[in-house]
Amino acid sequence: MIHVLAFYLFAILVVSSGALTILSRNPVHSVLWLILAFFNAAGLMILLGAEFIAMLLVIVYVGAVAVLFLFVVMMLDIDFAELRAGFVSYLPFGLLIAFVLLAEIVLGIGLWSAGPIELAQRAAPTAPDVSNIKAIGTLLYTRYIFLFEAAGIVLLVAMIGAIVLTHRARGGVKGQNIAKQNRRRPQDAVRNINQPIGQGVEL
Amino acid sequence: MIGLQHYMVVSAILFVMGVLGIFINRKNVIIILMAIELILLSVNINLVAFSAFLGDLVGQVFSMFVLTVAAGEAAIGLAILVIYFRGRGTIAVDDVNRMKG
Repeated sequence: MIHVLAFYLFAILVVSSGALTILSRNPVHSVLWLILAFFNAAGLMILLGAEFIAMLLVIVYVGAVAVLFLFVVMMLDIDFAELRAGFVSYLPFGLLIAFVLLAEIVLGIGLWSAGPIELAQRAAPTAPDVSNIKAIGTLLYTRYIFLFEAAGIVLLVAMIGAIVLTHRARGGVKGQNIAKQNRRRPQDAVRNINQPIGQGVEL
Repeated sequence: MIGLQHYMVVSAILFVMGVLGIFINRKNVIIILMAIELILLSVNINLVAFSAFLGDLVGQVFSMFVLTVAAGEAAIGLAILVIYFRGRGTIAVDDVNRMKG
């Protein structure tokens, strides 16, 4: 009973906060609704018994991606009212596409549920007495180690790409060249002269 | 009792909501990126639901890769957005014609 109640709570909240994400007037509110959607999706994952993915959703999506969105929304000085122009004129077409897509997917789910699922062979069956995180870790570091490293490379390339894209070299900035400083010797920099009295110094 | 179909319907509604968000916010790139995040979230819910109901852990492993790609895509997309705004002073999608494509 509590499971059903929790499922409907999380499902309704994730769907309504998703709707408010795309309908909000203010993009900051959109990001906050997106965070609520992520939290409720994490709740759904916990109901499914996937604790690791739920924690990953909270850490990666809420902690990194949503905060990145919030940062960019607040950093850029944009007239969002101007960007909203044409919202009403796009709405009927968008709703039409959305309803057709939803009808197709729900029809597909309904037709699919007519027959039972027969998996000939499970790739990685869940053991009943192993915790979710331990099972995923075992799988990830043995059979899927190359895919795991590929995910690491994806993140590395994304990080380097983001830095290269947004980095700008400013002109006219004086920096410190430590090698040049260390190369400098006293005989290059200091000059002893016997200065006659009453005359100016020639540099 | 809550079955696989319930999770699939939630995921389908979320997916459609992401597509609708792309359509109705055609000018605002930030909202479009958020709608793409919603779509990827719905894909994750689907993968994890299948993984849990079929008793196969591979779905959760692949859900992690989808999450990785989503994080990288958000970072790169927002970086492109920032440099585009630096050059043009606006992020309206309509007048993105710099490459004359």
